[in-house]
Amino acid sequence: MYSKLHENNLNFPFTGGGNDIQWCFSQVKGAVDDDVAEADIISTVEFNHSGELLATGDKGGRVVIFQQEQENKIQSHSRGEYNVYSTFQSHEPEFDYLKSLEIEEKINKIRWLPQKNAAQFLLSTNDKTIKLWKISERDKRPEGYNLKEEDGRYRDPTTVTTLRVPVFRPMDLMVEASPRRIFANAHTYHINSISINSDYETYLSADDLRINLWHLEITDRSFNIVDIKPANMEELTEVITAAEFHPNSCNTFVYSSSKGTIRLCDMRASALCDRHSKLFEEPEDPSNRSFFSEIISSISDVKFSHSGRYMMTRDYLSVKIWDLNMENRPVETYQVHEYLRSKLCSLYENDCIFDKFECCWNGSDSVVMTGSYNNFFRMFDRNTKRDITLEASRENNKPRTVLKPRKVCASGKRKKDEISVDSLDFNKKILHTAWHPKENIIAVATTNNLYIFQDKVN
Amino acid sequence: MLSKGLKRKREEEEEKEHLAVDAWWLDPGHASVAQAPPAVASSSLFDLSVLKLHHSLQQSEPDLRHLVLVVNTLRRIQASMAPAAALPPVPSPPAAPSVADNLLASSDAALSASMASLLEDLSHIEGLSQAPQPLADEGPPGRSIGGAAPSLGALDLLGPATGCLLDDGLEGLFEDIDTSMYDNELWAPASEGLKPGPEDGPGKEEAPELDEAELDYLMDVLVGTQALERPPGPGR
Repeated sequence: MYSKLHENNLNFPFTGGGNDIQWCFSQVKGAVDDDVAEADIISTVEFNHSGELLATGDKGGRVVIFQQEQENKIQSHSRGEYNVYSTFQSHEPEFDYLKSLEIEEKINKIRWLPQKNAAQFLLSTNDKTIKLWKISERDKRPEGYNLKEEDGRYRDPTTVTTLRVPVFRPMDLMVEASPRRIFANAHTYHINSISINSDYETYLSADDLRINLWHLEITDRSFNIVDIKPANMEELTEVITAAEFHPNSCNTFVYSSSKGTIRLCDMRASALCDRHSKLFEEPEDPSNRSFFSEIISSISDVKFSHSGRYMMTRDYLSVKIWDLNMENRPVETYQVHEYLRSKLCSLYENDCIFDKFECCWNGSDSVVMTGSYNNFFRMFDRNTKRDITLEASRENNKPRTVLKPRKVCASGKRKKDEISVDSLDFNKKILHTAWHPKENIIAVATTNNLYIFQDKVN
Repeated sequence: MLSKGLKRKREEEEEKEHLAVDAWWLDPGHASVAQAPPAVASSSLFDLSVLKLHHSLQQSEPDLRHLVLVVNTLRRIQASMAPAAALPPVPSPPAAPSVADNLLASSDAALSASMASLLEDLSHIEGLSQAPQPLADEGPPGRSIGGAAPSLGALDLLGPATGCLLDDGLEGLFEDIDTSMYDNELWAPASEGLKPGPEDGPGKEEAPELDEAELDYLMDVLVGTQALERPPGPGR
């Protein structure tokens, strides 16, 4: 019987046990009306390493970065609010003339680089091209040029009688985003993941069939490290769904597949990591087998714990925690919405069964979170084994209002305040969630709104 | 030529075997089986999957994950719809070749071949050289039956059921399948990529009827009485 060891608990207010968090509404960003503009659909959410910045990408190819106010925490009742820091167009729609295909500008993933100097760097990717963006602040500008007026017009040189040294004067803060590198033409199929290596020099990008390794400085070359494309495309039965570098071991990465397997690869073993070092797969439960077994086993997200000891996978109905030392089954399994198991046929019909939900860890790896339908999202406390369902809705939008737990009634008599499975809105899906790396602040994306929740601060 | 007799037998078997077919995948004792959709949903599930497959293939750049998952699901459904006698009652692929396999191999290759060739095109886009295929990448009017069996065994999507429905159901079977992909111009040697294009073929969105000549031809293809060779276009 596997006994769970306690991993290092960093000093967070929420360590599980009896101190359950009370989540409160903090902010909501985005349009209020129900008419959702396609371009505004949020496609990725990511905190940076300090948690001070929160980036979102949308279907229109835009990146919006929010910055947390550095309030005086003794005075305030809550942690700093997130306000817009920078907005820029990361990717534009492109047309591939050779294949007569339009390339979507939708941002699939954003990953932050750790901060090395005053500027911030992030990688953003659409289906085909990855870009490195530099986000820098400008709060001073030089004034007192000799040859130019303040408005930029050139002065008549004959009027210049003295020489002065331009000085920097304060100005209103301007945040500029500029593309520093463009990593293109390396993916035939759709990029689903990017992951920065712990060496902070290289990163991987994964599409349906291949994974490439890049150096952040070099854009005209990438190394192919995984290739699962069969010689005969008719034999294609499995695709890559997600990939991530290990947080500490710069030679290790994992990738998940549409068949519910995760492969851990060591780049030291060979240049082409087609042979995995470890294969993680849980045998199918024969009592649950159906025509849809494979579809619901398809892994939509894989995330290492901060400690690097565990990894979490999300398939259609559950979240699984794997110990990297045990390949034959996960050490923990959490049911996200088991009540959907009897509805798989309908969900296949309306294509919801193909929805790709992401998942995330809290900073201390003690709680995991993932989204569901009806704008519900779920959290599982690994220590107390308790779980909670909350809703991202504008109805609860008074700051410091504690969110009321939700419950879905699977069958039988519906209790008061419960919602029956048949009333769930399957168009309101929470696919993207993020947890602040240090604090109990979470960002939850509905279709076109970004909700920020915090734990109640007394 | 598959006879009415075979069709009737299939119907009877279908009724009897429905529960067994379900049991193939579901433990009868499990709660979810009690709520499982009625056995007849198997064939509607099949139709739904074929529709999804077509829809997926009609995208200018199909979502590979979606495509692969639908194809794999279709295979499972097809396997469960095959006559029970031909398949061992364990949830594993039949190891020994059988009459059913031969039927599968010689059944309508048009759909599966179209799919196969579209997947082929995905790799051709990269410019990688491929092992020469016995099948040309055209629609039904050029299909080689001999070539179909070995390379498409895994992808045959219409099993013996198709043959049994020949007499009545062929048009119904194809009713909701967009045959614009069978248009020759789509597979002209000069064309690259898998863009079906809204301009190709008649009425993409409605369900086009097969005309008599095409129907006859398809029937011939299905029963394997005619094997036409058509040389592959340049660059394939």
